[in-house]
Amino acid sequence: MEFFFEVLIGGLLAGVMYSLVAIGFVLIYKASGVFNFAQGAMVLFAALTFVSLLERGVPFALAFLITLAAMVALALVIERAVLRPLVNRSPITLFMATLGLSYMLEGFAQALWGAQVHGLELGISDAPLEVGGLLLSQFDLFAAGTAAALVALLSVLFNKTRIGLSLRAVADDPLAALAVGIRLQRIWAVVWAVAGFVGLVAGLLWGARLGVQFSLSLVVLKALPVLIIGGFTSIGGAIVGGLIVGAAEKLADVYLGPLVGGGIENWFPYVLAMLFLLVRPAGLFGERAIERV
Amino acid sequence: MLYREAGQFSIRYADDRRLFRLRQDRLGLALLLAFAFVVVPFLGNDYWFSAILIPFLVLSLAGLGLNLLTGYAGQLSLGSAAFMAVGAFAAYNFELRVLGLPLLASLALGGVVAGLVALLFGLPSLRIKGFYLIVSTLAAQFFVQWALTKFGWFSNDNPSGVISAPKLQILGADFASPAGRYLLTLGVVAALFWLGHNLVRSELGRNWMAVRDMDTAAAVIGIPLAKTKLLAFALSGFFLGVAGSLWAFTYLGTVEPHGFDLNRSFQVLFIIIIGGLGSILGNFLGAAFIVLFPLLLSNLAGLLPAGLIDAGQLENLQKMVFGALIVAFLIKEPEGLARLWQRLRERARVWPLRY
Repeated sequence: MEFFFEVLIGGLLAGVMYSLVAIGFVLIYKASGVFNFAQGAMVLFAALTFVSLLERGVPFALAFLITLAAMVALALVIERAVLRPLVNRSPITLFMATLGLSYMLEGFAQALWGAQVHGLELGISDAPLEVGGLLLSQFDLFAAGTAAALVALLSVLFNKTRIGLSLRAVADDPLAALAVGIRLQRIWAVVWAVAGFVGLVAGLLWGARLGVQFSLSLVVLKALPVLIIGGFTSIGGAIVGGLIVGAAEKLADVYLGPLVGGGIENWFPYVLAMLFLLVRPAGLFGERAIERV
Repeated sequence: MLYREAGQFSIRYADDRRLFRLRQDRLGLALLLAFAFVVVPFLGNDYWFSAILIPFLVLSLAGLGLNLLTGYAGQLSLGSAAFMAVGAFAAYNFELRVLGLPLLASLALGGVVAGLVALLFGLPSLRIKGFYLIVSTLAAQFFVQWALTKFGWFSNDNPSGVISAPKLQILGADFASPAGRYLLTLGVVAALFWLGHNLVRSELGRNWMAVRDMDTAAAVIGIPLAKTKLLAFALSGFFLGVAGSLWAFTYLGTVEPHGFDLNRSFQVLFIIIIGGLGSILGNFLGAAFIVLFPLLLSNLAGLLPAGLIDAGQLENLQKMVFGALIVAFLIKEPEGLARLWQRLRERARVWPLRY
């Protein structure tokens, strides 16, 4: 039984790492209705830039700030060069544009900083820690703490600031938001910048775990089922989805894996997400679209 | 002047229903087919057949398969490569386990199996809409690859899951040479394109487009949504499956499940974006672009002084240019290369006048 709980809690904590990536998606989807496949590439770009700056002797805090500035600049460029010309196009078109964007970003990041694997040391040991008789990874606990802080920060941003108010207005109804004088383009730039910041945080944690390399952009594929279970429009949903996927994945790997020969972690979250969707077609916390003919 | 429709009247209903109503179009197509079937086998060399023409044809067919589903029926799919893999492995197993089965029959049966698998993964589309649906096709993508690698039966217990092409013989004629493989591919692709072109003009094709444009409205006017969507998945799976077996048998010769990974799915998706969603001709144009563009880029890089760009950087550069082109296409020409061709035709109709 203790083993079961250890697996369960380990899974829950690992799931938080997925949520970190999924939150970036949710932000962008809420504000601009864009399903941003490039979030993984943004994670890669941020982590690669950060680690390359560190390796060139830039101090930690400064490297963080420079990378953040780069992500904001990137958001401005994306808004200007990709989103603005594609305004009012179908969601599928926008999705495919982000596919192209992710290719561009992956190529750019690797052309700029090289394709070799970089190690990233955040100064947190991955040694197991005993909490209440269960062995838990210290790093996972730290990641969970970061995610909690991030969610708290985002909810302050959304609920207590003027810009957050406009963000919520745009998410609610872009046309009405335009009508009361909110500048949609600026909101998009802000939201992509915030998603870039989330990507940077996710990139640091994932990079410390896996090493900073190309496969980092594949975390997008891990985040998708999380996003789908939680629903595209809810940050809370992204967290809950992450917990569900993380726990179910670990449990399935331990208890179901040996029955079918292992290696199921690639597809299991997707099948799980599909089952959730059959019951709730817009995810757990997603908004159900009302259609008129 | 050459491309005028003046004087060509439809005097029977059959005339109106023709695939190509203009005499010039029919003549042009006949000439093109004659050229491809008769002249090209003599002109081309082995490099052209194996590295350019065969992948071009197979990818066009795969593009058609995805276009039926995404371009016509409006169901976004990121699992094309999985259905190609199912087709290839199923055809291989039919060929292996059913003695004396003709090659074309195993290609077709492979396609049917791929269609059934696609149908299965299409079932959630009855309840899930839009982006949520990509979870189902991605599940197909990862599950199929896993199953093909995990269970040795599919690849006849080959340790690395590799399958190799059977003898390419039809009625005693051998198609193993590069030119032969080209002709075999061309024949199958031409036949399936004829089928596909007719499909999208049929009642089913019109239903697909109605569902794509707005499925609630389509349901209101009495289009059976479930049947229409599932048929789109099944038929798309069939075309992709046949394309997969051609990819394995006539292009590569040997293939492993890893050859049909997510990147292949994206490649097929890019073909239809660049070529044109909801267009038959677009599949050819998109596939030609996808096959020729990397060659062009590496040739251009070869012109630069040696050492300026290494292979890794070239790949990065290729990715960047590719991504930029996708975005540029979506912005400037959302209907793809096929639309450019259509514009050219419009111009040709009134030439030498401006309008």
